[in-house]
Amino acid sequence: MKSLPRLLMFVAALSLLGLFAFPMWSITLYAPQYPDGVTMYIWINKLSGSTEGTLQNINILNHYVGMKMIEPESIPELKYFPYVIYAMVALGLLVALINKKNLFLVWTILLVVLCTAGIYDFYLWEYDYGHNLSADAPISIPGMAYQPPLIGRKALLNFIADSWPHIGGAFVGVSMLAGFLAWWLRRRETQQV
Amino acid sequence: MKSSFLLKTIGGFALLLALSIFLSGCGKPTGTGGALSGDEAAQVYVAPGQYDEFYAFMSGGFSGQIGVYGLPSGRLLRVIPIFSVDPEKGYGFNEETKPMLNTSFGFVPWDDAHHPELSQTDGQTDGRWIFINGNNTPRIARVDLSTFETAEIIEIPNSGGNHSSPFTTENTEYVVAGTRFSIPYPQKDVAINTYAENFKGTLSFISVDKNSGRMDVAFQVLLPAFDYDLAHSGKGNSHGWTFFTSYNTEQSSTLMEVNASKNDKDYIAAVNWKKAEEYIKAGKGHDIPANYAHNVYDESTHMATSTMKKTVKVLIPSECPGLVYFLPTPKSPHGVDVDPTGEYIVGSGKLAADLTVHSFTKMLSAIEKKAFDGEVDGVPIIKYEEVVGGVVTKPGLGPLHTEFDGKGYAYTTFFISSEVVKWKLGTWEVVDRQPTFYSVGHLMIPGGDSKKPDGKYLVALNKITKDRYLPTGPELTQSAQLYDISGDKMKLILDFPTIGEPHYAQGIPASRIIERSKKFYKIEENKHPYRALGEKETKVERKGNEVHVYMTTIRSHFAPDNIEGVKVGDKVYFHVTNLEQDWDVPHGFAMQGATTAELLIMPGQTETMLWEPKREGVFPFYCTDFCSALHQEMQGYVRVSAANSNTPLKWGLNVKDPS
Repeated sequence: MKSLPRLLMFVAALSLLGLFAFPMWSITLYAPQYPDGVTMYIWINKLSGSTEGTLQNINILNHYVGMKMIEPESIPELKYFPYVIYAMVALGLLVALINKKNLFLVWTILLVVLCTAGIYDFYLWEYDYGHNLSADAPISIPGMAYQPPLIGRKALLNFIADSWPHIGGAFVGVSMLAGFLAWWLRRRETQQV
Repeated sequence: MKSSFLLKTIGGFALLLALSIFLSGCGKPTGTGGALSGDEAAQVYVAPGQYDEFYAFMSGGFSGQIGVYGLPSGRLLRVIPIFSVDPEKGYGFNEETKPMLNTSFGFVPWDDAHHPELSQTDGQTDGRWIFINGNNTPRIARVDLSTFETAEIIEIPNSGGNHSSPFTTENTEYVVAGTRFSIPYPQKDVAINTYAENFKGTLSFISVDKNSGRMDVAFQVLLPAFDYDLAHSGKGNSHGWTFFTSYNTEQSSTLMEVNASKNDKDYIAAVNWKKAEEYIKAGKGHDIPANYAHNVYDESTHMATSTMKKTVKVLIPSECPGLVYFLPTPKSPHGVDVDPTGEYIVGSGKLAADLTVHSFTKMLSAIEKKAFDGEVDGVPIIKYEEVVGGVVTKPGLGPLHTEFDGKGYAYTTFFISSEVVKWKLGTWEVVDRQPTFYSVGHLMIPGGDSKKPDGKYLVALNKITKDRYLPTGPELTQSAQLYDISGDKMKLILDFPTIGEPHYAQGIPASRIIERSKKFYKIEENKHPYRALGEKETKVERKGNEVHVYMTTIRSHFAPDNIEGVKVGDKVYFHVTNLEQDWDVPHGFAMQGATTAELLIMPGQTETMLWEPKREGVFPFYCTDFCSALHQEMQGYVRVSAANSNTPLKWGLNVKDPS
């Protein structure tokens, strides 16, 4: 039982690698012509879709209202976020090796802060795509913006947009939970002594 | 006394005449209306948004196409152009598909397509391909069921009227092609009345590659000049054999309706194709000079190529004992149908009072005992009583075709008495009969000619409709009628019009097709020589008087959409690539003044239109397929200058001064 908090800290560090195996977020658009929906997946290092043509199809739909093309090459975060994650994994493993209660907490708080920053960054991108519309847009509705929801469901003209964390996002949640639990269990042990 | 008899007679006669006006008011005999009662509507109702249980592929007859319907609803889903040009889809009009219709006679834009046949694995329909014969210019086509496009057409040499075709073997080792009209062999200028001496019939076996489906005329069997009418291959125990009916064993060449109907019995030719393979391996095949087209559509280049083949292997029965036997069958047999076990071979003598069923095991033992009744051109004739397995007595008039339900029953169509008759295999008793409206030809039970029929529905394919639908002038639609055969008695539940004249049809559970169906062509796999895989690759090139436009389409514009520098007398090739990668987003392309059909380009595909401008001016082109909210804006212009002008070649999209 003594080694459980340390084990949890290892789990917390390694869970972040799930971000490279699964998308962290998904946005799905439903419309009469798309009964099964068009889903875009946001990964730590790339964008993908439910089919190979999805990104092109979303861009085609978006261009009617003058949204910018979503081009993975123009999103720098997809390049440096992976290094932030590698650093957090390395740091987490180091913390587990050092095996100090307070370091568990510091690492977990750092992860929460980074995660919040990441979500805020995601919000800013969504805001930019949704509001920064071309003056040449074939369809222009005064006062209308097309920002998808950060989380949840929202109606945008003829579309319904769903935005939810995906499996990669769940791995981050597991990571935070495990880091926090490691600190809490270790703290309880020391209090009992 | 005499005068009162006369008066009474006259009076009686007058009374009869007077009453006859009431008698004649009784109308048509009852039982011809096919009126329904009960829950038939619910049985065929497929709610909006729901799928049908089966696909039905019905030959389009003289339309040269296949109509694809859903069962039980009878809804028309698609028309597949095969041997006939189709302006709707640009088939046979665009540069890519023109070679599909090439033959040894040149470009033939039409044919008479009779018998669709699904590919099979282990005697069960597998949903990979459907084959169909072209009757007039002897051909067989293969349609790929992942795209519903014609993938290949092969011409059949030494044939006239490819009717007994394509009828597959149990694992689609071969599809067959028997000649309905025997012709001089080799084709030559001879007097028609030298038929018996100069004419021959050929039965061809076309091999089908297991993986690619690619066809090749493996060998032909040279037979006496009869009319080889229909065929079916054996299954189970009889796998390895194919049976062909014949008429005109009288060998007449004129007034056939009389002269070809004289003999009491004609023959079913039983060909042992496994034996034929041995003879080919042993070098018994003669390499005979020939000239026939082989046309293949390549899904990666999106183009067809046509090559001429120059020889064909021919087997001569007198040199190959055991290759072919003749089974005497009464009165000009039409359909020959093999039951799911492979034991019974039903020969429908279309002018006979009874229906003859041969037994495969009896045939084998007759061959073993050499129970023959002479031979024709080296083909032994098996004694009738040694091969017949049973007779269905007086089932109806004019039997044509038989299908099976897999539960021990056979269903035969009768053209003259216009009905479908259900009878039991083995006991040969008739158990039910239902009228058709009118004059049924073929019938179809999904899988009904395979080892594993789905005996739930039966479709009767009628030649004549007369008063069944709203009149449309002298030419009326043909029809299909759907019967529920799940119970003891057949029940008519639906009646719907069909395209062309349907001959044979095939049915298959929808799941076997859905799982293979393609949604679009992957753009990165496009290997068309004139592709433009993005707007950056679009351009216009001049080579002498040829102008090649590398154009793209995407919702909702063409690139380029302004072209200048084209001259009167140029040959302008528009190579249009559809950049879309989404299901159900084709774009069309139509050019004013083009003497051809539109292009209809599927996502990921490239198609080419040839336009030869004849006048100076500025001519519009536009998208014909309502692709998006801005479809009406999907348009462009080509400027045509005089032949001797110096207008520079310029093109562009959204530029003030295109270059």
